[in-house]
Amino acid sequence: MKPWLTFAWIAALRFLAEGRMQTGFILSGIAIGVGVIVFMSALLASVQANFTNRVLTSQPQIQLLAPQEVARPLRWDDKVIEAAIVQQPTQRILSIDQWQTILAAMRARPDVVIATPTVSGSALAVRGDASRSIGIFGMQPDDYFRIVRVPDYIVAGTVELGSDDILVGIDLAKDIGATVDDKINVTTAAGGSRTLTIKGIFDLGNKGANERNAYVALRTAQSLLGLLGGVTTIDLTVTDVYAAETVAQDIQATLPVEADSWIKTNAQVFTAIRAQNLSSGLIRVFVGLSVAFGIAAVLVVSVLQRSKDIGILRAMGCARGQILRVFLIQGGVLGFVGSLAGAMVGAAALIAWHRYARQSDGSELFPLTIDPSLFLSSAALATVTGVIAGIVPALRAARLDPVDAIHG
Amino acid sequence: MAELLVLEGIRKSYNVGTPVETEVLHGLDVTIRPGEFVALMGPSGSGKSTLLNIIGLLDRPTSGRLSIKGEDTTQLSEAALTSLRGHTIGFVFQYHYLISAFTARENVMMPMLLDNGRPNAAMEQRADELLDWVDLGRWRNNRALNMSGGQQQRVAIARALAMNPSLVLADEPTGNLDTVSADAVFGLMRRFNIERGTTFLIVTHNHDLADRCDRIIQVVDGRITEDRAKALQRDPA
Repeated sequence: MKPWLTFAWIAALRFLAEGRMQTGFILSGIAIGVGVIVFMSALLASVQANFTNRVLTSQPQIQLLAPQEVARPLRWDDKVIEAAIVQQPTQRILSIDQWQTILAAMRARPDVVIATPTVSGSALAVRGDASRSIGIFGMQPDDYFRIVRVPDYIVAGTVELGSDDILVGIDLAKDIGATVDDKINVTTAAGGSRTLTIKGIFDLGNKGANERNAYVALRTAQSLLGLLGGVTTIDLTVTDVYAAETVAQDIQATLPVEADSWIKTNAQVFTAIRAQNLSSGLIRVFVGLSVAFGIAAVLVVSVLQRSKDIGILRAMGCARGQILRVFLIQGGVLGFVGSLAGAMVGAAALIAWHRYARQSDGSELFPLTIDPSLFLSSAALATVTGVIAGIVPALRAARLDPVDAIHG
Repeated sequence: MAELLVLEGIRKSYNVGTPVETEVLHGLDVTIRPGEFVALMGPSGSGKSTLLNIIGLLDRPTSGRLSIKGEDTTQLSEAALTSLRGHTIGFVFQYHYLISAFTARENVMMPMLLDNGRPNAAMEQRADELLDWVDLGRWRNNRALNMSGGQQQRVAIARALAMNPSLVLADEPTGNLDTVSADAVFGLMRRFNIERGTTFLIVTHNHDLADRCDRIIQVVDGRITEDRAKALQRDPA
């Protein structure tokens, strides 16, 4: 007997060790349950982190736009509509009214991380005989590249943009037969036309984007699109990506802009993430419950088996509290040890899965992120679950009447 | 000499307040002095075990007064009774009730461990002394179940004596043993009584063993029918 252990710990550990088979079975059960939770949670966390990384860090989470132009029906006397059919007005490229005030207000918000103005529109890129339609994004590189990490995807040249410079995608460069330091002519429907030097070529990993996206300095885009001093959008990233819609609604309610969050523009993706989180949460709850009931069942049987031991201990002066602790500790120890084993099983399964589940070209499906706090929280949760599961059997043991327990 | 144990008008009923209320002890008065070695006899169902449970503070009387070392126990709380029981009374039952998860030595240490909360060297030493005394020193590290019936009962006696109790209650301690083992177990209790002055109250059906006690109390149908003190015997055999 170890002198640093109290009676309750000594008895709890001895009882567990003595009932080897029972202990082994329930530990396996707990380990499988916790292993499933760890495996599933880590997998989901990795998928979502990967998704967030790929989607949400390469696009703004909220975009502020000038409100759409609306035609109102012609009314007479404020009641009678004179013309029932209203033709939709054309949507010109409009600058956001008072955009500098709005930008300052956005930068002052604690839930906004980055706020940066952009000017975007369609244009035609011409070089020699080749011409391609492109979308030009005029922006301030310092802030914008923190949202859309173009510098990470540069395959040739640099990202340093002067007023006569442009960054193009690898596919556009191929189509128009251009490379770094070549010049292309960019023309817009607004009448703007500039000859720009290709400073860098990027590969965003998406053919559409590589063909169409082109980045220029804010002023260059303003002059090309005839929007001197104006901006078409203000791009925002927020502290909590999943709260983007709430923030967007709040902005829209207080300022004369239209605020679109990624949640609204990618509604299906967001719903899928929510459904995934909900179902994984439900699975966790039910696995946790089955673990708890398993522990409780084993302890109830143990109390029955040990009723004579409990009786003689009570006769020898063992307080009810001591008996109570013996069984609560057993529950906690089962939960803790089972969850440690489960965490190892889960981690091993993750590593194996990550090694064998590959894309067709042999590269990983997505980077696996194993958060140590997942193991700690699983262990803590399983221990608490074990103690809670032990309450009913422990109370039953503590309430045993010594006379009945010994003679019964 | 002050009385160790005083029972006044002890009554015990079961199913109190129901139509099947049964009184099993009908107002018993008993006084036991320190150092006595008392046999409690009577036919099965006469209330001996109930009386023993009440004296052992495992059960409460329906009415009457029970004092141990001058302290009235009838008003004590459950926790106080548990503590008093742990410090004052040792139990030996017909079955040994050793805890199978522990060794012989650990079983003997158990009452001290329960009292102190944590084990220490002094407890081990005391347990070893007691095991030597019951002649089981060699078996101290044996699991309780890897011993013969007689050995187990001797460990149980060592355990009952661990806290140096004033009173040891033994409920048919030799009932499950062969004659030789029974004799050895009884002899041990008698020897401890003589050498240390510990009071013993032993329930037994065995007249030969009862005859070797200082006093025989006979209980029939919940009443004391005979309380006979004999000339003091001081022969441990």
